[in-house]
Amino acid sequence: MSNTNSLLTIKDLYASVEDKQIIKGLNLEIKPGEVHAIMGPNGAGKSTLGYVLSGREGYSVDGGNVALAGQDLLEMETEDRARAGLFLAFQYPVEIPGVSNLEFLKASVDAQREARGEEAITSAEFLKEAKAACKQVNLPVSFLKRGVNEGFSGGEKKRNELMQMLLLKPTLCILDETDSGLDIDALQVVAEGVNSQRSADRSFIVVTHYQRLLDYIKPDFVHVLSDGKIVKSGDASLAHELEAQGYAWLQTAPAEDELEG
Amino acid sequence: MTEQIDKALAREYEAGFVSDVESETFLPGLDEDVIRRISGMKNEPEWMLEWRLSAFREWLEMEEPDWAQVDYPKIDFQSISYYSAPKSMKDKPQSLDEVDPELLRTYEKLGIPLIEQQMLAGVAVDAVFDSVSVVTTFRDKLEEAGVIFCPISEAIQKYPDLVKKYLGSVVPKKDNYYAALNCAVFTDGSFVYIPKGTRCPMELSTYFRINEQNTGQFERTLIVADEGSHVSYLEGCTAPQRDENQLHAAVVELVALDDAEIKYSTVQNWYPGDEEGKGGIYNFVTKRGICHTNAKISWTQVETGSSVTWKYPSCILKGDNSVGEFYSVALTRGRQQADTGTKMIHLGKNTRSTIISKGISAGKSNNSYRGLVRMNPGAKGARNFTQCDSLLIGDKCGAHTFPYIESRNPSAIIEHEATTSKVSDEQMFLCRQRGLDPEKAVSMIVNGFCKEVFKELPMEFAVEAGKLLEISLEGSVG
Ligand SMILES: Nc1ncnc2c1ncn2[C@@H]1O[C@H](COP(=O)(O)OP(=O)(O)OP(=O)(O)O)[C@@H](O)[C@H]1O
Ligand SMILES: [Mg+2]
Repeated sequence: MSNTNSLLTIKDLYASVEDKQIIKGLNLEIKPGEVHAIMGPNGAGKSTLGYVLSGREGYSVDGGNVALAGQDLLEMETEDRARAGLFLAFQYPVEIPGVSNLEFLKASVDAQREARGEEAITSAEFLKEAKAACKQVNLPVSFLKRGVNEGFSGGEKKRNELMQMLLLKPTLCILDETDSGLDIDALQVVAEGVNSQRSADRSFIVVTHYQRLLDYIKPDFVHVLSDGKIVKSGDASLAHELEAQGYAWLQTAPAEDELEG
Repeated sequence: MTEQIDKALAREYEAGFVSDVESETFLPGLDEDVIRRISGMKNEPEWMLEWRLSAFREWLEMEEPDWAQVDYPKIDFQSISYYSAPKSMKDKPQSLDEVDPELLRTYEKLGIPLIEQQMLAGVAVDAVFDSVSVVTTFRDKLEEAGVIFCPISEAIQKYPDLVKKYLGSVVPKKDNYYAALNCAVFTDGSFVYIPKGTRCPMELSTYFRINEQNTGQFERTLIVADEGSHVSYLEGCTAPQRDENQLHAAVVELVALDDAEIKYSTVQNWYPGDEEGKGGIYNFVTKRGICHTNAKISWTQVETGSSVTWKYPSCILKGDNSVGEFYSVALTRGRQQADTGTKMIHLGKNTRSTIISKGISAGKSNNSYRGLVRMNPGAKGARNFTQCDSLLIGDKCGAHTFPYIESRNPSAIIEHEATTSKVSDEQMFLCRQRGLDPEKAVSMIVNGFCKEVFKELPMEFAVEAGKLLEISLEGSVG
């Protein structure tokens, strides 16, 4: 595994929450522009991986290292990881009552631009972008005025996560089951959202249980995460195999099955 | 997370400077002679002195209340000085040029718009510096509209009939311990009269500031809105940093005659004391308004200061169809204690009241909401809606709710909702994952929590209040 030209390199990562080991020796390498899908049974540690990478408090790293564009990610504060281009779309987005979506997004974009030494965006300019993003994820513009996720339906919350991604323009997007609970049209919206953002300098980790999303997105790699490590990697066809056979046949597979990057 | 929030909260008090103004201060102590001297200094008519003395005699018979959820050492009323006036104010200034420049600098530091251009923004300011009203701006324009806005000491001289008629009419002399004390020793404050059918042409604003050490500040404010009139009044308060606690016992009376409307907004930022609770203001305030037929009184307050707060802006809904509102944000941190809320007394038919209270507790502070809703037998078809939300930051603070409901009319409807929530780890994580630092995250979540109250404040004040919360939470010293 080589570090050159790699956006994210995870080496032998061990992590725990509440003294319970969840991530148990995980390796993964992602190059700019790649889309990696992660599948795996409930409780395997997929969300935990997203939290550990984004620096959520309460999740402790017990071993290994992670580099994002050559920087030691694990040494960075949560907000600095975000400013460095890491974005997590939550599996269960949380509400912030009374804080409007627009206000929240503008503050986030401002904070990130400032940290990167970029010029501040004017409110008018931002509003224009935000409206366009709303349109793209098929949310009425009125959602900009509503409190962050306040009273949003499950599907609306997921689309709202995607809208945030569109506005923040991260370099590494981790989408944690953004397709769960979506109707068929919304699934397409999410897929199109991702596809429209695919570029040579933006990579994705797409956590999903459904091969259907992957039909639209067409990942470069598919990994199976089970019991805290990646037990199988392959191309898009792996998703079809899993759809047909489930995960059971992998449980006994040798754990050393690593990605050939 | 708690650690980060603690850090964010450990900020210094921004308005904690002491002005170097020569002042004339009475020696500590309180007796009838002191009251005579206060009255004498102000050249008061005999009836006013008599009024004060009778209040003082009542006060001597009263007991300091101890039912509130606050804890502080006993106040020694004999160790307080009851009068302090900046010396240069002895001959009252006729214009801004005559005002002691040091005083003006103090106001400047507080950001009070005394400067001509700022006045053009439409704010008339009656600034109370310790006990004497220093200068009242923009009076001419108000006079044109027939509006009276002046120090209450001046109103006693110039408009004795109005003052005699309404002073003490809403908060009786012996209403409570601190109100009685205020009646005896009040030194200054504002007087407002809006004539019949008049819409006050601008927001009226008073800034209070306690400067002199060991001076209790006892302002007295009286606002009378005659039939069909309308006024919006803003009160802002700060005090310099001291080691010793200072006492503040104000009385505010509002009279809204038939069809009149009074909107009274307060942003209170008295010195809260240090992390250990040393110093800081004891704020024991009585605020009450009376609504006649179809009248409306709306109290909005944002309280972030004082070490101890005891305050219940109230409405007596006497006239039929009258409306009372109370919107409150109270933030406590460090070792601050606040016991605040409101009383809505429904006397008339179809009277309506709304109470929205947002309490935020951080650090080791204690924040209590105490509210009374009373439906008297005559309050046919009256309605109240109360919503009382508490937000906890960290796990060493407390929030308490004491709703008192008395309904003596079966047709009256009372609704009460209460919630307690925490700034959650999930919310903090979401904000930080989007690139916000923890301080900004907390202040944003808190601001969102207060939104329903902030939207009741006049525009400029709402911005100010948001900033104040941010400063209170952020430690960003200016
Ligand atoms: N705070 C916690 N305390 C104890 N156990 C936890 C905690 N958080 C997560 N876990 C456990 O860690 C394991 C991995 O959880 P995680 O949410 O990462 O799974 P997942 O792969 O995302 O599953 P799903 O597909 O259901 O979303 C689970 O067994 C879960 O119960
Ligand atoms: Mg999950």
